[in-house]
Amino acid sequence: MYKRLPEGDDLSVTFDFEGESVSARPGDTVAAAILVSDAGHTRTTPVTGAPRLPYCMMGVCFDCLMEIDGVPNQQACLVEVRDGMRVKRQVGARGVDE
Amino acid sequence: MSTEPDLIIIGAGPAGQAAAVEAASHGLSVLVLDEQSQPGGQIYRNIARNAANESKLRDILGRDYMRGAALAREFEKADIDYRAGASVWQVDPNCAVSFTHNGTASQVTGRRLLIATGAQERPVAIPGWTLPGVMGAGAAQVLLKSSGVVPMGRIVVVGSGPLLLLVTQQLVDAGADVVAMLETTRTADYLAAAGTLPGALRAPEYLRKGMAMRRRVKAAGVPIHSGVRGLAVLGSETAKGVRFGHGGAMQEVEADTVLLHEGVVPNVQITRQLWCDHEWVEPQRYWRPVLDEYYNTSIAGIAVAGDSAGIYGAEYAAVAGRIAALDAACSLQKISAADRDREAAPLLKQRAKYQAIRPLLDSLFRPNPEILTPADDDTIVCRCEEVSAGAIREGVRLGATGPNQLKSYMRCGMGPCQGRFCGLTVAEIIAAERGESVRDVGYYRIRPPIKPVTLGELAAFDD
Repeated sequence: MYKRLPEGDDLSVTFDFEGESVSARPGDTVAAAILVSDAGHTRTTPVTGAPRLPYCMMGVCFDCLMEIDGVPNQQACLVEVRDGMRVKRQVGARGVDE
Repeated sequence: MSTEPDLIIIGAGPAGQAAAVEAASHGLSVLVLDEQSQPGGQIYRNIARNAANESKLRDILGRDYMRGAALAREFEKADIDYRAGASVWQVDPNCAVSFTHNGTASQVTGRRLLIATGAQERPVAIPGWTLPGVMGAGAAQVLLKSSGVVPMGRIVVVGSGPLLLLVTQQLVDAGADVVAMLETTRTADYLAAAGTLPGALRAPEYLRKGMAMRRRVKAAGVPIHSGVRGLAVLGSETAKGVRFGHGGAMQEVEADTVLLHEGVVPNVQITRQLWCDHEWVEPQRYWRPVLDEYYNTSIAGIAVAGDSAGIYGAEYAAVAGRIAALDAACSLQKISAADRDREAAPLLKQRAKYQAIRPLLDSLFRPNPEILTPADDDTIVCRCEEVSAGAIREGVRLGATGPNQLKSYMRCGMGPCQGRFCGLTVAEIIAAERGESVRDVGYYRIRPPIKPVTLGELAAFDD
């Protein structure tokens, strides 16, 4: 659970996370926006299916892997939110494109 | 990209930005590739936006952070080809750099290359560290800098090091509810560090800052327990608290968020992928590339500056970036060796000042031995492939002599992070089990691509 400081209240960006609408501040990373929206985990692990949330927020741990606009395995802590973006959890390993 | 830049710099933190500014001022064509959307690295993350807005956040982040604004302005004004959001996934010894930018993969070859990829938080492998609700203290600071976001509910901060103290103070100032600080630093560490005090007193402002931070945390009513041991995060689905040993008894504290930190270590992914020579550093127990006085690696034309060359902090990193850039300008015959040395002289003086506190910090905040070799066999060491400390010990019993063999036995280091969060721990466990030194056990061989790249991006390769 996370909260914004009062100055962080310009929530003018809206994107879709697993069918739900999420508001975010311009300049937020997808990972930050998901954390503060309290929308649950960002990915599940390929081995045991354990839920994970971002650990490092700086591009090294890969626990923030998500599917962003149809592209799997994106590091959500390195991608800034954009209006209309479609974001999904990365469930296990990515599949092979048909 | 049609023309070959004189200097490619990977990373736009203090070292990369300062090097770019310095190199451009000597007439070098400079290409800067950085993974983030804004320059500043992690230490000055989001500095331009935060500097532009009068806000409480600026006061919380403090003067040391705001100092990054001047460099960011210099960087913005300089004649530099800067690509934000560029992810480097392969580097070749001839200074060819392959990267993805805006969904397109391309390769560019520089006449020289400077790696300034900074540091990462050291893995803190304790039971439960993979649970949602647990993150690095540095990660919490990134959230504060980049989004003005703080954890809600009860926060417990755990570990050691100057950043842990700084983050705790910033969270307290931001009105977050820090219910306990569990320090792994022991009285013995203070005694062992005493000998480094005279050197540290050459730059006493660091000591004063450290003591002031501690006073503010205490004044805010945060209980500080020092010398804690037997750490574990409690909870099954999410973090619910922390168990710790203190003063001979086990205790538990409830928490909604647990922030872990045991210092930072150089990001050596690229220098490892390049097979540069590396050396083991005590007492901080990390690897760094072997460098000459101008930060050149064992591969001609490739240098490393900033925390990816060894942990010395942001101010040192910026000076190191300038020194490396001067040498690049000299080797490309833009300036003479005499000019280089004359311009480097005041930088070397500054560098000595920024270095003065390091022996004290390195000695006092040496990593908690419990996280180097987790005693509990169920503790996850490789977060990606979920390989436990017990499985690594089993691999050693089966005959694995080093991290690479262990990787093929147990898959540790084979996930997307490619060992960034298990490499040091795996090597420490192997060394302990075999009675060898980590120096001899070695590290993973890192192979490209060092960041995920899709076949689609490769197919659209734009050279």
